[in-house]
Order: sequence, then C-alpha cells, then structure tokens
Amino acid sequence: MRRRKKGRVTMNFPKELKYSRTHEWVRLQEDGTAYIGITDYAQDQLGDLVFVNLPSAGDSLQAGEPFADVESVKAVSDVNAPVSGKVKEVNEALSDAPEKMNEAPYDAWFVLAEDVTDTDGLMTAEEYEAFITEEG
Amino acid sequence: MSTYVPNTKAEQQRMLESCGFQSFDEMYACIPEELRLKKPLQLPEGKTEMEVTQAAKAAARKNRVYATVFRGAGAYRHYIPSIVKEVTGKEEFRTAYTPYQAEISQGVLQSIFEFQTDICELTGMAAANASVYDGATAAAEACEMCREKTRKKVLVSATVDPKILSVVRTYSFGRDAEVTVVPEKDGVTDPDALKQLTDGETACLLLQQPNRYGCIEDADAAADIMHEAKAKLIMSCNPIALAVMKTPGETGADIAVGEGQPLGLPLSFGGPYLGFMAADEKMMRKLPGRIVGETTDINGNRCYVLTLQAREQHIRREKAGSNICSNEALCALTAAVYLAAMGPENLIRAALACHANAAALKAKLTESGLKPVHDRPFFHEFVMQAADEAQAERILSALDRADILGGLPLGDGKTLWCATEMNTPEEIERAAAVVKEVLQA
Repeated sequence: MRRRKKGRVTMNFPKELKYSRTHEWVRLQEDGTAYIGITDYAQDQLGDLVFVNLPSAGDSLQAGEPFADVESVKAVSDVNAPVSGKVKEVNEALSDAPEKMNEAPYDAWFVLAEDVTDTDGLMTAEEYEAFITEEG
Repeated sequence: MSTYVPNTKAEQQRMLESCGFQSFDEMYACIPEELRLKKPLQLPEGKTEMEVTQAAKAAARKNRVYATVFRGAGAYRHYIPSIVKEVTGKEEFRTAYTPYQAEISQGVLQSIFEFQTDICELTGMAAANASVYDGATAAAEACEMCREKTRKKVLVSATVDPKILSVVRTYSFGRDAEVTVVPEKDGVTDPDALKQLTDGETACLLLQQPNRYGCIEDADAAADIMHEAKAKLIMSCNPIALAVMKTPGETGADIAVGEGQPLGLPLSFGGPYLGFMAADEKMMRKLPGRIVGETTDINGNRCYVLTLQAREQHIRREKAGSNICSNEALCALTAAVYLAAMGPENLIRAALACHANAAALKAKLTESGLKPVHDRPFFHEFVMQAADEAQAERILSALDRADILGGLPLGDGKTLWCATEMNTPEEIERAAAVVKEVLQA
C-alpha cells in the first residue's frame, strides 16, 4: 500500500485498484465485473460530501462520460465512468451515508458494473500517484 | 419627471477623466464608426410628474373592472384581507430588490422561509422553493426536474390549462425533448390512453387538479400508473382547493406546483403572479432556484440561510438543471401574509364557500336552461353548454351590459364558469336571470 501526505494524514491508493484521470477507482474482478468509486484524492479535494446521485441498475456506462454526481458543501461534481459497461448493482446504502465517501473511499463503491470494456486507459496506483503529484 | 441618472455633468466629466477619456465620444471610439448612431434616440422629452400621473390614470381607465365576476380559468378573484397590503406595502419589502448578500437580509429570508413552510403544509410535500415567476413556469420547471438521460418523454394531460401546456412546450423545444398530450375523456384524463402512452422512456405526467374544466381528476390512479413505470407524477394544483382536497403529498405525487395568485394577489391584468413548487425528499435537490433553510448562528440563535446552493447555476454552471436564479419575493411574501391572516380555518371556510357558490351557480344556470357538460365532482369551476356559439355570445354580452363578467368561452357554445367566496347569492340570482332572459328571447 502506497501512502502520500495529505496535510498531516496520509492518502491511500491501494495497489490492487486501477485509476482514471478524473479520479475514479476501479476494482476489476475476474468475472468481468468491476466496482467503481471515487479516490481518496477526489474526496479530499471535494471536501465533506453530503449527497450522491446514483444511476439505476441496467443503465449503460460509457468510459469518460458522467454516470453519477456528488454534492459537497462546496459544489456538485460529475463522476465519470472510468470504464464502459452496464450497471449491475447500485450501492443504495451510499445514499443514506454519503460521508462514507470521505471516511472510507475504497469501501464506498457507487456501482458494480458488468460487461466491462475500455480498461486500457486506466492507471496503476503508482502511475496515478505520479499523475496527481504532477496535477497538484 | 427628473432624470433617474443622478450625477451632474461635472461629475460625469470627472468620471470620464479618471477612466482616461476627455469625452464620451473618446470613450466609445472603440466601437466601429458604422455601428454608431448618428442621430438622437427617438425618445420624447421628459414630462412632469403631473403629466405622467394623468397619462397613467388615463391608461388605467381603459381597464374594465366588473362589479361581478364569474370567470376564473387560471386567475381567481378572492377576498384579500386589508392587513395583507398593509404589511406588503412596507417600503422595506416593497422597494427592496433581491438580496445579493442574502444572509444580511434576515427579514426577507424569514418571509421566504415562512412562504416555503406554508406551501409544504398546503401541498403535503417535504420541501418547497422560494417561488418562481408563475404557475406555468413552475409546471415547466417541474417537467425538466423529471427528465433523465433515458427518460425524456413528458406527458401532459389534455385537461391541463392550454397556457401551461404552451410554456411546457417552449421549455421542451429548447431542450429538443418530447411532449405528448394525453387525450381527455368525459372532462378528465383518459386513464386507458394514459396507460398506453406510458412506457420506459416516460419521465413524468403533468396533471392539473382541479383540471381546466374544473373537474376533479383521479390523481391516485395517475400516481399508480406513473410509479409502476418508474415515472414521476407532477400535480399542478389550485392552492385554495388544496385547503379542502387530498394533498399531492397524500396522493403520492413526486412534485406539486401551482399558480399562487389566489393567495392574496389581485388579478392585476395578469401579473405579477407567483409560481409555487414543492417536492418530496428524493426530488428536493432538483428543485430550481433558491431555497431558504433555518439554522442557528454561533450564539445558538435561530437564523436563516440560502441552502442547497451547490445545485444552482452560479456554482454548477452549464450543468445546472435550471436557469431560474431569482424568485417572486414580494408575491411570495404576499401569499405568506395572506395565509397567516386567513389561518387554516378561514382558508377552509373560503374554499368551502367557493365550492358552495359554484354549486349554487351551476344549479341556477341549469334552471335557466343551460346544460352542464360534465357530470363530475368539481371545485369552483364547471362548463355549461348553450344551444350554439351565437347563443353563448349573446349570454356573455347581456351579462356584460349588466356589469357581470360571465364565464370564459371555450368554443362550440361551451362556457367555463367560476364562483368564489366573493360571489353573493344575489349576484348568482341576477346572473341566472340574465341568462334565462337571453334563452327565452
């Protein structure tokens, strides 16, 4: 597990995940499905998250296109699909506890996607960390 | 009257010089020569205050104010308690423009919060916004709230006021989205047609309660049909009727909207009016415009703030759901003062009097020889049939000569009548007598 300074706390980018340039994480599973959420860096930048607008099961995901939005005390932001596919399952529990995105961003999955494609552009944890260091 | 540009020539010159110019011509030099107006604007010279007052009074005399009114069709004459104008006429309210540093204007925020609370109580919904321009805007904005990527089709019942439908169409035109009109049957929305037209791409149904003919719609059935298809139900309601009818909240509607004019606003030749909007908790964040919330300051005192602003266009820019960024603050205040002055009991009494008077008018007009068009429950409006269009016109002219504004002509000899608590039994007798005279002539 890699750690990066976030004020006095450290940021966390698990190695087993893949990352997008718009700060979403993907947990690719062996059966071709994938869990999707937003990264530790994203939640840190957004601040306290108070609301999440999730898609419905059956909706299609297009890599790079918005599929959900999150509302912090500062702004409403789109969340892009890091991969293409179809929504198999939605984490409804997240709607009732949006603070989970801040507290445990890698447990706070938005959707479980199936028929996942377009994974080529994703970054490894090392690449993503280098990317945000450059961007920040 | 004196000019509203309050600076002197000398002050203007100083301002020019501080910007680095000697003259206005020099300041406008960056505007291409061919675009500049070479002659003075065609505006008449200023007039004295007396002349302006006389001109305004002459224009006002062109308005025909009837002693007796039996017409509604979207704008309703109700009694307005004297205290309403007394409070809303205070200059702190009347002359204030929208507060840009909103939280400094706690009084305005409190009045909006009270208005929102009133609307939530009337509609039975969870959250209301600070109002929009009018009932038609509210309905169109509500349709936009329901549209999603894969659900773009908006259904509007044919029994919705055509003026509202036309605004919904205008909104949809800009978004290149579909509006489908659900046919009517016997004066209400045809439930079979509604079922047929509803599919997986349906965003919502806009239903008016009572509808444009005054009939009460089966909103529960409409709610079931919509929710089964995972679509939303928007109810456009008459706020006075809400005092005695099942609320949109009780019906399970997702959004409730309406024209707030009946709540203490005079007819005023059509405006300014007031659109109200309320939603259930799930749709709350999609409400357009401003929402005032109650909180506590650092000393623990109750205070008011603009809330849920993150969804608004000044933050969300082009991704905001709506470009509404203002409200009808003075009209919303008027509604809040009206409702406070009336209280729940008197509002219910007014609503019951509206219905009783309308029922009496319908009975008397029937006695006079007109035929009721729909045999359905109604609130304070109903449609009557004359022998033909010419006869319907003769009735309205005869009433006009008696200083009575009759119902709204709908064509084919049909007329939409309305009575409110303002109509006396004598007025109803008199109108019925005039109608009888025309029919027997």
